[in-house]
Order: sequence, then structure tokens, then C-alpha cells
Amino acid sequence: MERNLMKGNEALAEAAIRAGCKCFFGYPITPQTELAAYMAKRMHKAGGVFLQAESEIAAINMVLGAASTGVRAMTSSSSPGLSLKSEGISYIAGSDVPAVIINVQRGGPGLGGIQPSQADYWQATKALGHGDFHLLVFAPASVQEMVDMVVKAFDTADKYRMPAMILADGLLGQMMEPVEFPEISANAVDKSSWAATGHKNSREHHIINSLYLKPDELEKSVNDRFARYETIKAEETDAELYLTDDCDILLCAFGATARVVKSAVNDARELGIKAGMFRPKTLWPFPVKELNEAAKNAKQLISVEMSMGQMIDDIKLAINCSKPVGFYGRTGGVIPTPAEILEEIKKVGGAE
Amino acid sequence: MAVVFERPKALIDVPTHYCPGCTHGIVHRILCEVIDEMGIEGDTIGVCPVGCSVMAYDYFNCDMIEAPHGRAPAVATGVKRTNPDKFVFTYQGDGDLAAIGTAETVHVATRGENIVVIFINNTIYGMTGGQMAPTTIPGQITQTTPFGRDPELAGYPIRVCEMLSTLSGTALAQRVAVDSVPHIREAKAAIRKAFENQKAKRGFSIVEVLSTCPTNWGLTPTEAIKRLQDEMIPYYPLGVYKDITSEEGNK
Repeated sequence: MERNLMKGNEALAEAAIRAGCKCFFGYPITPQTELAAYMAKRMHKAGGVFLQAESEIAAINMVLGAASTGVRAMTSSSSPGLSLKSEGISYIAGSDVPAVIINVQRGGPGLGGIQPSQADYWQATKALGHGDFHLLVFAPASVQEMVDMVVKAFDTADKYRMPAMILADGLLGQMMEPVEFPEISANAVDKSSWAATGHKNSREHHIINSLYLKPDELEKSVNDRFARYETIKAEETDAELYLTDDCDILLCAFGATARVVKSAVNDARELGIKAGMFRPKTLWPFPVKELNEAAKNAKQLISVEMSMGQMIDDIKLAINCSKPVGFYGRTGGVIPTPAEILEEIKKVGGAE
Repeated sequence: MAVVFERPKALIDVPTHYCPGCTHGIVHRILCEVIDEMGIEGDTIGVCPVGCSVMAYDYFNCDMIEAPHGRAPAVATGVKRTNPDKFVFTYQGDGDLAAIGTAETVHVATRGENIVVIFINNTIYGMTGGQMAPTTIPGQITQTTPFGRDPELAGYPIRVCEMLSTLSGTALAQRVAVDSVPHIREAKAAIRKAFENQKAKRGFSIVEVLSTCPTNWGLTPTEAIKRLQDEMIPYYPLGVYKDITSEEGNK
């Protein structure tokens, strides 16, 4: 298997092409720009479409159009751009169309900054657009996982006919690491029962639509979607459990933050503190059973995030507030250090 | 007995939700006649807007996609770029195309996307109950210009064909009307030309159709046709603003 040293943003792009992504519509924004630049170089040769749109709004609607014809389509952006794309994402979800959206997060709110952040957790998992809907949210913690999760995102989006997001951050996007690209068998999902490809005078016309003016019809459409969500919650969660079997203190972190937390957990272990880490790889669906497994012996949980504390809500809900959940976070583009996190661990566990 | 006049096959035989006297029905019909005559229904994907024609997917027999407000040109771009051999059209009103979707409209034209845009200009937002549109004529009374559109307060209307004719990617920009039989025949010929352009991969074609909205104008259908002729056509002159297939056709 080939091994390459690649930047996270470029690995996302290459993995998408290998996963059969046939079109990429983007708009420049730091810190994800390398992704679009890579697509501009590679996509045409790979037999696909690269187009720089006039706005984030246009880009996500180009994805809606392409994906409505059954083609694997993707767009990428960073936090402020996701706010603009949220309208289109709601329509994609409401139209039951599969698509992949990348968010290489930066600090907010507003124009915020261009350094890494995880402050779009709420947006990604709770409210990426108006209405009752979810999208699949994958949270990679390495360049290799960015590759693997892009492939997984396309497959899962196709399987459930819904949008999927890779929630990365500026640290992962800009970081270089060795990656291996798995052999990808073109996972051809048959979309002929719904895609708008022209009916060739051989079937009824297909309509890609999210409008239901009769309340009972709209309710049914939402209920059908939420029935699918129950299946997804049961079958599609994923998490890494690190030294959790005997841990007293369970640190919870996702994405790049989890790398720092893992160092702090190792440092704590050297001091004799039984620390462990729970790292959700899927943020929606949130790995509830995996967290409860990881937390079964813990006396204290600490959520560590590059935000003011957003995932902590899901942690408390997942364990039904049965144990104390502390928080440590840095925001605005500041990355927490292992030493800072170790201090937090010592505060709750150092007395033993 | 020989049938000399029938419903186009591309137009589904269902009652529409359009108001009595509204000219959407005429435009739907001539668009579908063109699709029938070119034999392209099975290879056509339409994109409908948000506005009165939001439910056009229930009337056109080809595959249809319903776009967010103003985004139909972007959705159509995604369809056409990945399906270059299909015929792709959008059907949009004035609020959709010339207000909330202005960026998408300008850029789909300047990129020369090989699609057809049917643009219904009736100088008002119909679906939401008659508010000022980007094409509302100065002095025109609407729900949000109750004393008549005052350009000092509300700015001036946009003449879409004139604007888009300045862009290199535009192959055809033509304004037609559906107020009389000769004009309807011209309108149909323009739509046919737009689809022929797409077939020949000539780029972006827009056919702007001056239409009526008797309900929100507060007029009878007959009075509405008269307003189109007396007030709209003088402000929005009919004609070919750009046609790359005709050297003398440009205004």
C-alpha cells in the first residue's frame, strides 16, 4: 500500500476523488483553501468536475443539483462559510439527497479568526440549518482518519440518503502526516429509483423536493426520516476508548484536541492517576453506549474542547447526569497544552 | 377525426394552482410544446424556484428539482456540469431571479453555463401576496409600496435582459410577452431558440417573459393584459438583447 506525506486538507481531497466523488464545488476560505486548490489540479484528470462557485451559497446548491442526479458531490469550507451553506444543507436533508460537506473549523463567532477551533460542534450536531433534521458528523483526529472518514462519509450518506459532514479543524487541515489510501472498491449504490437523471421515456418522472404544503404530509416525511435516524443511532456510532477499563477520571475529547488529551492522560498515568480518554469519532450519532462503557468505573468526567464547552451537553445527556462532568477548554484559536490539561486532571484526581 | 390541437405530452394533465387569468399556464404550455417538438422530455431536467411556480414539478413531466429561493441557477449548474448531455432549464420569477438570486443569475450567465432560464417578469411577488419585486415599475402600488414605488426610497427596477446581455457568457437574452397570439408565437420561438442553443452548446440563454398577475395587481384578467401592454412593454421593451447566432439581432 502506498504511503504519502500529505497535508490534511489535501488528503481529504485525494480521498474524496478515490471514493468516487465526481464533482467539487467550493469557495476560497482559510484554513481549508488547499482542499479546493488540490481539487482544481486533480479533479479534471480524474474525470470529474471542479468549479469555483461565486459564493458558499451557490457552491452548496451546485452540490444539491449534482447530488440530485445521483452523482457523488462534495463541498468544503470553514466556519463562516458553513453558516452560509446551512440553507442548502437543510434543503439537501429535506430532499433526502446524499452529499458530503467538509468543515475545517476556525474560531468564531462572526469573522472570528483563522486558527483551529471546535466551536461549530453545536452547529454541526444540532442546528446546521432550519427544521427537524440531522446530518452524519464524523470527527477525524489524524490525517489518516480524514482519509478513512471521507470514504465512510460518502458510503454512509449514500446508504441513508442524507448529508454527511467531516468536522475537522484548522490544525488537522494544515498538518502533514503520513497517510495510506486504502483500496477503494467503487461502492456503487443504485440510485435509479429516485435520482433526477432524465426519465428516458421509460419511467414516471422523478421529483427532488422538500416542499409539503399539507401538514400531515410534511409530518410523515419528517417521521420517516427520523425512523431512519433511529437505525443510524443504533448502527453507525463509533468511538475510541483509551485506557478506560480502570479509569477514575475519564477525559472526553474529539478531533485534534483528543491528541493533546491523550498526551495528558499518559502523563497522568505516569503520576499514578488513573486517567482514560473517550473520543467520539461520530458526533452525530453521538456514541452513547460507547461513552457509558468508557465511563462505567469513572468517578469524574472532564470534557476538553477548543470552545467554551459544547460537546459537554451531549456527554451529560449520554450519562444522564449520573456523574460529575467538568470542563476545560480554550477558544478563539488557542490550542490547549498537555500541561494545562494535566493540571485539570490533578485538580480532581491528584489528591489520591 | 384528426386531432389538430391537444395538450403537450410534457405537460401533465392535472389542474394547476395558478389563479384565473395568470399567464403561467401559457408559458408552461409553450415550454412543453417546445420540449415535445424537440423530443427531449426524457433527457430534460428542470429546476423550479420558490415563488408561484414552486410546484411546477407537479406540472412538468420531465424530471424536476425544487431549488431554494434564488438558487435555481446554482442547482442547474450542478446538474448540467455533471450531466452535460442532458437538457437543463430553470423556471424562475422576478423576486427569485433578480432579488435574492441575483448573484446566482449573473454568475450562471457569465460562466456561460449551457442551460436555459425561463424568467417570468410580472413586476410583483405573487406567492407571498403582492409585495414589491425588483421589477416593480416606479409608481406601481404593491403591498410594500402602498403609495406607489418611489425610486427615492425603494430604488429602481432591474432590466434583466439588458444587464445580462453585457456578459460574454450570454448566448441569448430575449424579452417576450404573452399578451397576444403574435407575441405568444414569438415567445415560443424564443424558447425554442434557447433550447437549440443548449443543444448546440452555445452557452447561457435567458428568455424573459412579461406576464400578468391579475390577483395581486387587483385587475381582471383582461385589464391585466391591458396593463402589460400599456405599462410593462414601454418600460421593458420586447426584443432580442443578445443573440450570438445573429449578427444583426443585437439591440
